[in-house]
Amino acid sequence: MSKMYYRELYCGTPARYWSGLALLGVIIAIGLGAAYYMEHNGHWVTGMSNQIVWGLPHVFAIFLIVAASGALNVASIGSVFGGPLYKPLGRYSGLLAIGLLAGGLMVLVLDLGRPDRLIVAMTEYNFKSIFAWNVILYTGFFAIVGIYLWTMIDRSVNKYNRTVGFAAFFWRIALTTGTGSIFGFLVAREAYDAAIMAPMFVIMSFSYGLAFFIITLIAAYIWGDRELGDFRLTKLKNLLGVFVGAVFYFTLAYNLTNLYITQHHGIERFILLDGGVYTQMFWIGQIFIGSIIPLFLIYSPAFEKSRWAIAAASVAVLIGGFFQIYVIVIGGQAYPMNLFPGKEVVESGFYDGQVMSYVPTLPEAALGVAGIAVALTMVAVGARVFKVFPETLED
Amino acid sequence: MSNKCDQPNMDRRKMIGGAIAATGAMTIAPGVILHAASVSDEASSGADAKHRWGMLIDSNKCADGCSACVDACNTEHGLKGHGRPATDAVWIRPVKLKDKQTGRENRLVMMCQHCEHPPCVDVCPTNASFKRVDGIVLVDRHRCIGCRYCMMACPYKARSFIHEALTEQSVNAPRGKGCVESCTLCVHRVDDGVMQTACQEACAEEGHAAILFGDLNDPNSEISKTLKSTNSVQIRADLELNTGVRYLNL
Repeated sequence: MSKMYYRELYCGTPARYWSGLALLGVIIAIGLGAAYYMEHNGHWVTGMSNQIVWGLPHVFAIFLIVAASGALNVASIGSVFGGPLYKPLGRYSGLLAIGLLAGGLMVLVLDLGRPDRLIVAMTEYNFKSIFAWNVILYTGFFAIVGIYLWTMIDRSVNKYNRTVGFAAFFWRIALTTGTGSIFGFLVAREAYDAAIMAPMFVIMSFSYGLAFFIITLIAAYIWGDRELGDFRLTKLKNLLGVFVGAVFYFTLAYNLTNLYITQHHGIERFILLDGGVYTQMFWIGQIFIGSIIPLFLIYSPAFEKSRWAIAAASVAVLIGGFFQIYVIVIGGQAYPMNLFPGKEVVESGFYDGQVMSYVPTLPEAALGVAGIAVALTMVAVGARVFKVFPETLED
Repeated sequence: MSNKCDQPNMDRRKMIGGAIAATGAMTIAPGVILHAASVSDEASSGADAKHRWGMLIDSNKCADGCSACVDACNTEHGLKGHGRPATDAVWIRPVKLKDKQTGRENRLVMMCQHCEHPPCVDVCPTNASFKRVDGIVLVDRHRCIGCRYCMMACPYKARSFIHEALTEQSVNAPRGKGCVESCTLCVHRVDDGVMQTACQEACAEEGHAAILFGDLNDPNSEISKTLKSTNSVQIRADLELNTGVRYLNL
C-alpha cells in the first residue's frame, strides 16, 4: 500500500475558503442573536410552554450530539477493528465528532432557562441524574477524542493509538447510551419509559454520524479540489445501508413493544394513526425519507456507482433522523399524560388530558441551525490548521 | 536582537498558563463557595425529620366552579398570569373528571404531590430539586439552571417554568425567570409554625373544607386519623412514589 500523505485543506483560492467561513460566521451570529433574544425576553417568545418544555433547540441539540458519537465510527473501525480502508479517514472522523458535539452542546446550553449558571452544572453533580452523567460524558468525549486525534496526528505518540481508540469507542457507546437513557428512564410519560431507548440511540448515532461523515467528506474533497475514490465511498455507503436497516429494526421493535403493552396503545395510536403532524413526520419523514429512500438509493443496482445517489442517501438519512428525534422529543410530550386511568378529564386548569400543540418559532430554528454551523466551522478551521485530510483518496 | 529569538518564550508561556489557571479558579471558585454556603444553609433550615407534611383532598367536598384555593395560592406566592395560559405558572389546578364507565363526575385539585421518592429530585442534574427531611419537595432557585428535566420527569405535571421576568414578587416565595417552581406546601408558613396552608385556609373559609393539611407522622393529627379510618388513594400509585398528597372519594 502506498504511503498516505496528509495536508491542510486549502480550497483552491483563499476567497473560496474565507467566503465559506464567512457564511458560517453569519449563520452563527444570527443564532447567537436569536439566543440572546430568547434569553432576554424569556422563553415565552418561543413555541415552548409548560406542557411542551423541550422544543426545537433540543431536537437540534440531541440530533447533533447523537451524530457526534456516530461520526467517530470511521476512526473506530480504522484503529479498533483494523479496517485499513478506513484508517486514513480516522483524523477527519475525530475532528467531525468534536465539531458536532460542540455544536450540539452550544444549542443545548443556550436553551437553558439560566445559561449563565453553566458553572453550577459543572460544579454541582447529582450522580443519580442521567443528565449529570451526560455532562461528564460530553466533556470527557472532548478530552478523549482530542487525545485520540493527537495519537493519530503525532507520530511520537502513535503507539498509543489503539489503546486510546478502544477508550474512545467505549466512551462514545456510553455517551449515546446516556443520551438515550435521558428518555428511557422517564416513567411519567408513555412515549418514553422504555429501556430500548438506550440501544436505539446508539444505533441512531451510527447512522446519522456516518451520514454526516459521508456528506461532509464529499463536500470537503470537492471544496479542496482533491481526489476521492469510488471504492472507499462505496464501502462507506454499504456500511450506511446496514446502519439504516438497524435503525429501522429498532423503530419496529420499539413500536411493537409498545403495541404489546396495553397501557401504551394510546401513544402508539397517536404516533402511528391520528397524531396529525407527528403521524406525518413519522411515516413521511422518519420511515419514507429516513429509511425507504436511502435503502433504495444504497441497494438499487441502478445507483451502484452514482456518487450523487450516495450523497442523496446520506442527506435523506439526516432529514429522516431529524424527524425521528422530533417525533420522539416533541411528539412524546404532546401526547397527554394519563394521570387518571379510566377517567375522562372534563375540565382542567392546566391542559390535563389534552394533546398540546407546539409550533416552533424562527429564533429556535436559528439557534438550532447555528449549532450545525458551529460544527462545520470547527471542521473547516480544524482541517485548515491540522493535517486531517489525506492529500488524495483515489482508489 | 538576541540569538534567542527563534526559541520559544517560556516566560510568555508561563504567563499564559498562569492566566488560564487564574481564570479557571476565578470561574470555579464562586460556584464552590456558593455550594458550600447553600449546603450549610440547608443544614440549618428548620425542617425536622420527625414530621412528614402532607395533604388530604376530599373529592366530594371540592365544589364545582370554586377557585378559592387557586386564588389564595396565587395571592400567597405572588403568582400572576400574563394572559398566556400555556406559559403561566400554575402551582395548584382544579381538575374535573368523569368516570368513563359509570359517568360519575369528580372534582379535585392537583399540585406537587411531595413524593417520598420524587422523580424530579432523581433527575435534577444540579441538586436544585430537593426533598427536605420533613418531606417537602422544593426547588433551590439559586441552583436551578432551567433545564426542565424535572418537568419531563414529574408524573403529575406539577411544575412550571418561569417564561418571563417577574415583578412585584411576594416575600413568601422568591421566584426567578428561567427557573422551575412548584407548590411548596406553604413551607414559609410551616417554618413559621403556622400549620395551615393558604389553599386549606381559603377552602375552609368558603365552607367546603375539602383540603386537610397536617403531619402524616403524627398519629394524633387530624390528617393521620382520617387517613387511618378511611380509604384514600394516591394518584398514579402504580409508580410507588408514596405521595404526601392523598385523595378521598376519587
